[in-house]
Formats: sequence, C-alpha cells, structure tokens
Amino acid sequence: MKMSKLVLAGATLLGLGAMSPAGAVDLNGAGATFPYPIYSKWFFQFNQETHNQINYQSIGSGGGIRQMTEGTVDFGASDAPMTDEQIAAVKGGVFHLPTVMGAVAVAYDIPGISSLKLDADALSGLFLGTITKWNDPKIAALNPGEKLPDLAVNIAHRSDGSGTSNIFTNYLSKVSPDWKSKVGFGTAVKWPVGVGGKGNEGVAGLIRQIPGTIGYVELAYAIENKITYATLKNSAGNWTEPSIASTTAAAAGALADMPEDFRVMITNSPGAAAYPICGFTWLLVHPSYESSKDKGKTLVEFLRWAYVHESMASALYYAPLPDELIAKVNARIAQIKF
Amino acid sequence: MEPRTTDLPARSGEVPSSIRETGSRLSRFLSARLFRTITLVFAASLLLWAGAVAWLLFVASKPAFAKFGWGFIRGTDWDPVNGIFGALPFIWGTCVSSAIALLIATPLGLGLALFLTELAPQKARSPVSFMVDMLNAIPSVVYGLWGVFVLAPLMRVHVDPLLVKSIGTPFFGPPDTGLSLLTAGVILAIMVVPTIVSISREVFEAVPDIFRESAKALGATRWETMRLAVLGSSKNGILGAVMLALGRALGETMAVTMVIGNNPQISANLVAPAHSMASVIANEFTEAVSDIHLAALSEIGLLLMCLTLILNVLAHLLVWATTRKFKAVRA
Amino acid sequence: MNFDTASRRRLVDQVMVALCWAAVALAAIPLVAVLCYVASQGIHRFDLNFFTHVPAPVGDASGGMANSLVGTLELVLIASVVGIPVGILAGIYLAEFGKAGKFAWAVRFTADVLSGVPSIVTGIAAYTLIVRPMHHFSAWAGGVALGTMMIPMITRTTEELVKMVPRSVRESALALGIPEWKTILGVVVTTARNGILMGVLLSLSRIAGETAPLLFTAFNNNFWSTSPNQPTASLTVQIFTYAISPFDDWHDQAWTGALTLLLLVVGVNLMARIFVKRTGRAVG
Repeated sequence: MKMSKLVLAGATLLGLGAMSPAGAVDLNGAGATFPYPIYSKWFFQFNQETHNQINYQSIGSGGGIRQMTEGTVDFGASDAPMTDEQIAAVKGGVFHLPTVMGAVAVAYDIPGISSLKLDADALSGLFLGTITKWNDPKIAALNPGEKLPDLAVNIAHRSDGSGTSNIFTNYLSKVSPDWKSKVGFGTAVKWPVGVGGKGNEGVAGLIRQIPGTIGYVELAYAIENKITYATLKNSAGNWTEPSIASTTAAAAGALADMPEDFRVMITNSPGAAAYPICGFTWLLVHPSYESSKDKGKTLVEFLRWAYVHESMASALYYAPLPDELIAKVNARIAQIKF
Repeated sequence: MEPRTTDLPARSGEVPSSIRETGSRLSRFLSARLFRTITLVFAASLLLWAGAVAWLLFVASKPAFAKFGWGFIRGTDWDPVNGIFGALPFIWGTCVSSAIALLIATPLGLGLALFLTELAPQKARSPVSFMVDMLNAIPSVVYGLWGVFVLAPLMRVHVDPLLVKSIGTPFFGPPDTGLSLLTAGVILAIMVVPTIVSISREVFEAVPDIFRESAKALGATRWETMRLAVLGSSKNGILGAVMLALGRALGETMAVTMVIGNNPQISANLVAPAHSMASVIANEFTEAVSDIHLAALSEIGLLLMCLTLILNVLAHLLVWATTRKFKAVRA
Repeated sequence: MNFDTASRRRLVDQVMVALCWAAVALAAIPLVAVLCYVASQGIHRFDLNFFTHVPAPVGDASGGMANSLVGTLELVLIASVVGIPVGILAGIYLAEFGKAGKFAWAVRFTADVLSGVPSIVTGIAAYTLIVRPMHHFSAWAGGVALGTMMIPMITRTTEELVKMVPRSVRESALALGIPEWKTILGVVVTTARNGILMGVLLSLSRIAGETAPLLFTAFNNNFWSTSPNQPTASLTVQIFTYAISPFDDWHDQAWTGALTLLLLVVGVNLMARIFVKRTGRAVG
C-alpha cells in the first residue's frame, strides 16, 4: 500500500511538472553576483511578460565561467572577462555581451562613522593587513573631522570565484606595487587577511554583521542594505563616490577604443569625475545554439528585450550602456545562430 | 515427486491461489533463482557505488597529485591566481575545529550516556533519549543558520573578549569576529554529542551486570561503580564512539562553512577565521575556473573521504571488539 | 577505612553524579535555544504567501519558498525510488541468502563505511557521474545523490529486522507451499514492516535535511521546476542562500524555511517513533 501511494504521489508531481505553459522555454544560467539585483528583476519581469523561465543562479563569475566550460548551463555571466585560453576551452566559443556597468563600493560598518575617505595607500594598507586599527594615523590623516574608534579592522572578501574581486584586485594592483607583488589580481586570490563571504551577498552580510568590517561590494548591494561606503581618490587626484555618473565617466575613456569582443577593464580610469573601481559585466553566450534552437531563440528574445529595458538598471544604480555601445552589442546579438 | 498443492488438505481456510505455488518446477526454480539474483545484485550495488565514489575522486584528483605530489598535504598556500594549491590550511581547520568539538562533546556525551544507562529514573529515560534524538535530527543548515545569527554574535560579544582578556595570545587574540574555529567547534560539539551518546550507550548497555554487581558488593559508590565497572571495561568502545564522532565532525559541511570565516590560514588563534576541507569544497567547487583548481578540490575531497573511512573502520572494529568481549563474559 | 576517605568518596560520588545531571541540562540548552529561535523568528513569515509564491527579485518582499518546498518533496521522492528498493532488497540478501559468507561480510562492512562518508563527497561523485555527462544540473542528479545516502541505513535496518522474524513464520509459510520469494516478500518482510518503515522514515527525514550534495547536483531554481530534468530549488539550499545574504527580507524567509524544514524533519521522526510505539514492537 505504501508503494502505490508513493507511485501516485510521484505521478502527480511529474504530471504537475509537465504542466508548463505551452511554448514556454526554460533556460538555465549561472554566474556573477555583481549584476544579480538587475538580472533577477529582468528575468522576473521577462517571465511575467513571456512565461519563459530563465533560471539564473548567482554563484560568482568564476562559477559562470566554469559552468559554461562544463556545458551545464545555457549561458553564463561574469564581470571578469574570460582569457583566450578560457574561451578556447568552451565548446563552440563564447561571445561577451556587456549588459551594464557597475561600481564597486568599498563598504564599511564603523560605529559612529558615516563618511570615510580612503586613498590608494590607505586602501591597500587595509586589505594587506598592515593597517589594523581604525584610528590608525594614515586613516586619521585623511579624515580629520571624524572620531575614528579604537576598533580592530576586519576585512571582508570573497570566498568564491568572483568578478567583483577581479575588478577590485585589478584596481589595487594598478595603484599599489606592494599589492601587485604580494597578491596580484584575479577572480580568486590569496587574501592576506580577513573573513570570506560567498557572493556579493555574503560579503555584504559580513559587513552588516560585524562592526569594524570593511569590504568591497557592488554598489547596489551597499545601497540596498543601507551600508555606508567610502569616498576614494581617483587617478586624477579627485575624491569621488560610486554613482551612475562617476561610473559613466569611468567608462567614457574606454568607449572610444572598445575592442571588438567587448573585453575591457575600466579600473583606475582617467577622467576628472571617474570613480576608480568600476567595471563592465558581461553575459557569456554561445555563438551558436543550433543544437537547441528553442533555447537560442528565447535567449536572443531576452537579450533584445533586456537592451530595451536598460533603464531598469539605473533604478538599481547600475550605469546603463550608452546608445552607441548598445548598437554594437545588438549587431553582435544578430550574429548568434539558432 | 512433491504432491501438488491442490492435493494438500486445507488448514483454517484455503490457501489463496494468488500466493500458492503454481507453474512447472522449472519456472518455480527460475523465479526463486531470479529473486536471489536480484537481491544479490542490489547488495553488490553497494560495493559498486563505494568503488565508484572512490575511483571518481581518485581520477578527478590525478592532475593535482601529478603536479604537487605528497607536498599537497604539506602545502600551506592556496593561491588560485598562480595555480599553487596546498591542503594544509584546510586540514588544520578541519582537525582543530573537530578537536575542539570532541573536547566539549566527549565529557558531555559520556555524562549523558552514563545518565541514561546507570542513573536515570525510569521516567526520565525516554524524554532524555528523545532529546538526544532531536539534537541528531536537526539538519546541518538549521544549525548553521542559528550559528550565524545567534551563536557567532554571542561569541563575538561575550565569549571571545573574555577569552582574549583572560588567556590571551597565542590562542585567543584579534581578529575575533565570532566567525572562527572556536565557534565552529562549539556547533560541531552540539552536532556530535548524539553520536557519542548512542554508541556509548550501546557499549554501556552491553556491560554485563555482573561487573556492576561485583563493584557494588565491594562497597563502591555509584560513581565508583560507573568508573570501575562500566567506564573501565568499555575503554575501547568509548574510543570507538569518539572516533565515529570525529568522523562525523570531519565531514560536516554546512554548519561549519557558515561560521568558520572561510579564510585559509594556519594560526594558533582559535577565535580567528579559518577554513575547513568540506567548506572549501562547498564554496569553490562549482566555481573553480582552472582545471587544476578543480583537481585540487577533488583531491581534498579524496583526503576527506580517506580520513573518515579510516576512522570509521577503526571505530567499528573497536566497538565490535568491545561488545564481543562482553558477550563472551555473559556466556 | 578512614572516615575522611569515606566522606571524600561520598563527595566525589555526589559531584560526579551531579555532573552527569548537568550534562543533561547542558545538552538541553542548545536544543531549546535552536528550537525556540527557529520558532520565534520563523513564525513572522509563516503565511500563505510563503507557501504559494516563488522567490521575488531583490528588493521585492512578496516572495516565498513554495518552489523550494515542492523541490524538496520531489527530491525526496526520487531518492526514495532509488534508495528504498535497493536498500530493502540488499538487506534481504544479507539476512536471508548471504548470512555469514565473505561477500555478505564485505557488503555489511561497506554499508557501515558508506554511512560515514561525508555528504559533500557524495555530491562530487554525483556531479561527475550524472551532471557532467548530462550537461546540466537536474533533480535526477540530486535525487540520486540523496538516494545513495539512504541505502546503507535502510540495508542495515532491514537486515536486522528480517533476522528478527522467527523461523517458525518462515517455515509455516514454506510448508504451505508458498514459494521462497513470496515468503520473504509477502510474509517475512510484512512481519517486519513496522521496523523497516521506521528505518525508511528516519532515513527520509535525514536526507530531507541535506544541503551539501544538492549544491552541485540539483543546483537551485528561482521558478517552479517543470521537470526532473531541470535544476530544482530545495528548502535546504534556499535556507543557505538566504542565510548568507545581506537582505533582511531573505533572512526572515530563511528562518521560516528553517521552521518548515524542522517541522517536516521532526514530524517524520516523531511519526516513525510513535508508529512503532503504538503497534508495540518492530516485528510482529
């Protein structure tokens, strides 16, 4: 009797499962947590309008690259552009499609402090572990008006493979020779100090939980969770905060000579108003979906839909792509075969 | 020639034809054989699966083993950027957090087991036993959730500063964020107490009463009876229980990864963040970009499996030997 | 005997016995703490929304974990189909046919050893065996991973219980002319069914609470999973994802998810024990 009940339950579930709306296609993607706030909104709304389910799991840019290579997802997402070897390892190749630009905020939770200025020296000192207390003279010198407490510095970094880490460490490598030699940059580095969180979500969680913590998160995560973030000195010597305007300024220089495959880093950009830690984030798609035409068709439908809905991104503090760039990306999308 | 079943006189009621032996001798023989074979195949599938797991891990680890050799176990660097991987920080974190767990859980577990077998009034036995079963039933992720939002802040605000102030470095010092080896050890302790209780109980219950009675006859107090008759004779069994608990603690993933801090460093500071073998696999497996990274993670999985395997085997042998000894005495 | 020694011994005795009682109290504290926190924090979002909606995007507080709950049930179902028949039949083999042989000993040993393998290792194995060749994450992979974890426990439980069935039961059935396989399945196992059911329910409750093996097999899904071939959400993975996030709304949902999971797991556990208690014994 038990057996037949099980069988009945199973049949019901599978039957329910088979009841998806006619013609709806399911896609699976995985990757960056950096753009997750905007991607989750896009996929949700796309589902509301077209009934196609695009299941995106934010497991980190490293995850997006790895799962694209393994072929277990239909598309990936990463804020760390893939290297030539990584692209070669993916069956069928990869197109990088930039979706939005974002700023990496240096977010902190120091009791009593609501504004903090950090220059490249202080920032690398904090993350290298050479500055261990918040009332360290180097930090005090930059913030004369603030009452910095005698509290230990806790660094929050990523424990998983992350494009956000890539952007952040890329910046540190450019401005701190010490950092470059000791650590370098990449999606997963050997962090000298600190606690590791999984995803932008994890790092933001750590910053909120533990007083005295400083970490790096995509701007949307800082604002969404009401976490304070630091003002940084850019390459022109100006103090800038992460915002849509300063991100767009950072990208301005790069737009002029954008490579054909859209792979470019925009950290420490020249420009008076540029915020120094910005980056593009890309969707990683196959050039050809001929073996799964339905998926290819739906993916392209989504892509075209997304680039028309770029304005949704600004509500979440991502800088939307300028129109000239969108035109170039659409030309690329037209090359996807299915 | 066997009489056909229809010729047999019926007992109370006819034997229903649906279960009666029907068909020719050959078909009966074949169906019996078939059943035996099916059960044999399924029994063999256990061996097959165990072999498959071991082989899969072994094959997946080969690139890492080829590159780093046995130095992998001694290597202290986990550097994905430069392709250098060493497992020692994770082995350290796993072993130290498990050791802390056992330090806390063993006296607790033994006390509970002794309570249940020697001291408990009849009415108290059931509820306490039930309580231990419930501790065992709570899923790891729920312990982790509670650990992140309740235990870690508790440790950070109340316990860690006390330890830093009273005992200080090198075992307790900054950074103390509440996400640490100590917190992981405490959660693990809660999770392995049921293992120690259930195995110790099994061993204590197997101790022949004659041992207890002899002690009592000599005028021993309750504690002395427990110490001499029960604990004294069950040493190997208790060791087995501890080893099984250790095996469980080593492999625990979710609760540990949520409270250990995920920082692969080796330090004597117990309130600093650390990492463990199971945690690094959980965090990095789906995201390891380079093949050598994936192979290194698989090798850590292989190491973990070997460790728990050895512990399990030894533990079962110890417990089995102890209970067998008692059976011999009773007989 | 010296009077001082006697009173010292009495003191030691009282202290040690008190410590044993203290152990009981100490063990009760975390249990009560965990249960109380989960109940008190989880009750806030324990509403219809939670059980009927799928996750909403970041910033939208109207989401729920309905698909996770269904996903967990789906995974447990697949695991049962894999694990229960294999476990029971393997246990029957050990009790009826293998008995003391070398092969049977090896199988028993393997079962005991397999039950100690960390679940994350099972996850890696299932990923390599199923996800990679299939080129996508799926509920099948997750269910199979969980099912293989059930097999050792069900095998051993079935073996113990089938052994406990008195010879007379077997012999009377065989004497009535019932074929051996029908005797075992229809009579012996039926006699032992209470205990076997308890073993099955306990292992079901155990795998319903597993997270690690699902991370690389069933993955996760923000929508209703429409087939076992798709990745699926599960209570445990969703609780984990939400717990380590920074969003308060997700934290609340994590507690509610934990409450739901606890009710499920503890409920099945209780069911198993009460069922056996009520019918009196595991066998007969």
